[in-house]
Amino acid sequence: MCEDKQENPIVLDVAEVVDEGKDLKTFRFDIELNASPGQFIMLWLPGVNLKPFSISYQDQKSFGVTVSGIGEFTNKLMKVKKGDKLGIQGPYGTSFSEKGKNVCLVGGGCGSAPMAFLAEELMKKGKNVSFIIGANTKQGLMFLNRFKGKKMKLIACTDDGSFGYKGFATQALEKELEKKKFDIVYTCGPEIMMAKVVEIAEKNKICCEVSMERYMKCGFGICGQCVVDPLGIRICKEGSVLDKQTVKKITEFNKYKRGPCGKKQKFSYC
Amino acid sequence: MLKTSICGVKLENPTVLASGIMGVSGASLVNVSKNGAGAVTTKSIGLEERKGHPGPIMITTKHYGMNAVGLSNQGIKLSMPEVVYAIKNSRSPVIASIFARKVSEFGVLSKEISKTNPALIEANISCPNVEAEFGKPFATDPDAARDVTKEVVKNTKIPVIVKLSPNVANIAKIAKIVQKAGASTINAINTAGPGLAIDIRTKLPILSNKTGGISGPAIKPIAVKAVYDIYDSVKIPIIGTGGVISGEDAVEMMMAGASAVGIGTGVYYRGIDVFKKVSDEIKVFMKKEGYSNLKELIGAAHNV
Ligand SMILES: Cc1cc2nc3c(=O)[nH]c(=O)nc-3n(C[C@H](O)[C@H](O)[C@H](O)COP(=O)(O)OP(=O)(O)OC[C@H]3O[C@@H](n4cnc5c(N)ncnc54)[C@H](O)[C@@H]3O)c2cc1C
Ligand SMILES: Cc1cc2nc3c(=O)[nH]c(=O)nc-3n(C[C@H](O)[C@H](O)[C@H](O)COP(=O)(O)O)c2cc1C
Ligand code: FES
Repeated sequence: MCEDKQENPIVLDVAEVVDEGKDLKTFRFDIELNASPGQFIMLWLPGVNLKPFSISYQDQKSFGVTVSGIGEFTNKLMKVKKGDKLGIQGPYGTSFSEKGKNVCLVGGGCGSAPMAFLAEELMKKGKNVSFIIGANTKQGLMFLNRFKGKKMKLIACTDDGSFGYKGFATQALEKELEKKKFDIVYTCGPEIMMAKVVEIAEKNKICCEVSMERYMKCGFGICGQCVVDPLGIRICKEGSVLDKQTVKKITEFNKYKRGPCGKKQKFSYC
Repeated sequence: MLKTSICGVKLENPTVLASGIMGVSGASLVNVSKNGAGAVTTKSIGLEERKGHPGPIMITTKHYGMNAVGLSNQGIKLSMPEVVYAIKNSRSPVIASIFARKVSEFGVLSKEISKTNPALIEANISCPNVEAEFGKPFATDPDAARDVTKEVVKNTKIPVIVKLSPNVANIAKIAKIVQKAGASTINAINTAGPGLAIDIRTKLPILSNKTGGISGPAIKPIAVKAVYDIYDSVKIPIIGTGGVISGEDAVEMMMAGASAVGIGTGVYYRGIDVFKKVSDEIKVFMKKEGYSNLKELIGAAHNV
């Protein structure tokens, strides 16, 4: 019943640090993780904290996470160098399903991290991949080189028009849908964006899967910190990837999330 | 067949969600009750909001869990609507767990939380993970345990469970004192130890709090002994908590003297439907062994 169950950070030397943009770094580790796209790890900066990050890259013998420096912990991570020690725990959570042939991925900000891993896996499976990648400005756009010349359609957009399509990723999605029929839309990013993607998918009657973020402490379904109203399901366990039907039942989606003490915090977009 | 009761509160089955697991919100408690828990306990609620400790807050192996969450909660004011929601929507009775730094604060919490009308109030006087801030848990000092119990009982009409620590020389003695001070039920045990795990590559303790309370399979014998000893020294019912993962564990705990069993870390080992699984397994055991009522199991190890 309890055989081989263990949740403990494994400490690894960082194999490589890749600059992806302003305060955006990918940390690569040489270990076979066997994760599925959409899953995340808990990353331990020894002596500091442990927090969740989506897997943004994976091959046979290594994987990576892409971190955006936005607060105390992630800014400390920005100082981590090749050869430094970080702990990893996981992979955890649900993953994206593989449905249909024509697929569209919509990533906003560091929500593009799991989308990039998903895009590569789906290309390997021979799907027709369109990848809409959005950010506020050019500095926030990641992976442009990674997907350059790949057999897929990459649509970069920035809110300020400093690169690619000027406008929101969701506007780019609507434009694509005028030209093409998709079997499924996958999305990860700010909740306001994902809510719009869900709405568009709903209107166009296509499947949609969303990767949601909530404050996580354990990451493996025991502390209850990441539960959502009114279902009471755990985003670290029953999520973070959820289908459209489930997301529609989560009344707090795009409204509020709970912080480290469990208090509701309204989303504030500026 | 599985019906039991704790000082008049009826439970459809003897599995109780232990405090601190899946108890952050009302909706979470309702979800656990849907998964078969006979009763659900909130995460311990204090006066003010607390963020808790940084991560890692819990690690596990196949033998045990070790946690130091640090009593994170939103404070009594914001927790009350969550308790109300749980009571309104849960299929099973709701137990409100409270903790405090001072005896007088326990009284305030007891009075406030009673306004939500939970089935039972549980005084957590045994958390080992805030010692640096709070000092030694009340449950490790007979006088303090008595004073807190009196204070909680004095401020409510709802029956009071007192949750004890195994990290004492004589838990049965504390249970007796707590009973005399007015407790209606004993919950034994909170986490054991505390313990320490060191990462050998960085030479650092893994939990940010350094030490953590131990739970899960490894502490079952400690919990069973605690319940066994307490059963001999008090008349009030006991919730047996610690290492209950399977129906057989639950039966063992009941034979030691528990009227109901708390399940925490079992949620990790067996999933959120551990309550249903354990209940089904108890039933299978009872049928096979010819028991028809839980009463025949409770305390059975004392009558052989
Ligand atoms: C499943 C999942 C996958 C994620 N994937 C990525 C990723 O690939 N790349 C990336 O840069 N970020 C990712 N995040 C977000 C990342 O965990 C937070 O940005 C990080 O924890 C912020 O910590 P901080 O101390 O730097 O910032 P803070 O100033 O503490 O917080 C900044 C923001 O991050 C949120 N946050 C803080 N701590 C946590 C926590 N423990 N769990 C969840 N959210 C938290 C806060 O609510 C706040 O909105 C993911 C989060 C989740 C839940
Ligand atoms: C993550 C975690 C958090 C806990 N938080 C609390 C708490 O807030 N209040 C409390 O009384 N007990 C708390 N406990 C202790 C449990 O309620 C229980 O007594 C203990 O874990 C032993 O039971 P188990 O082996 O079934 O987990 C916590 C335990 C765990 C694992
Ligand atoms: S983070 Fe602990 S249950 Fe999800």
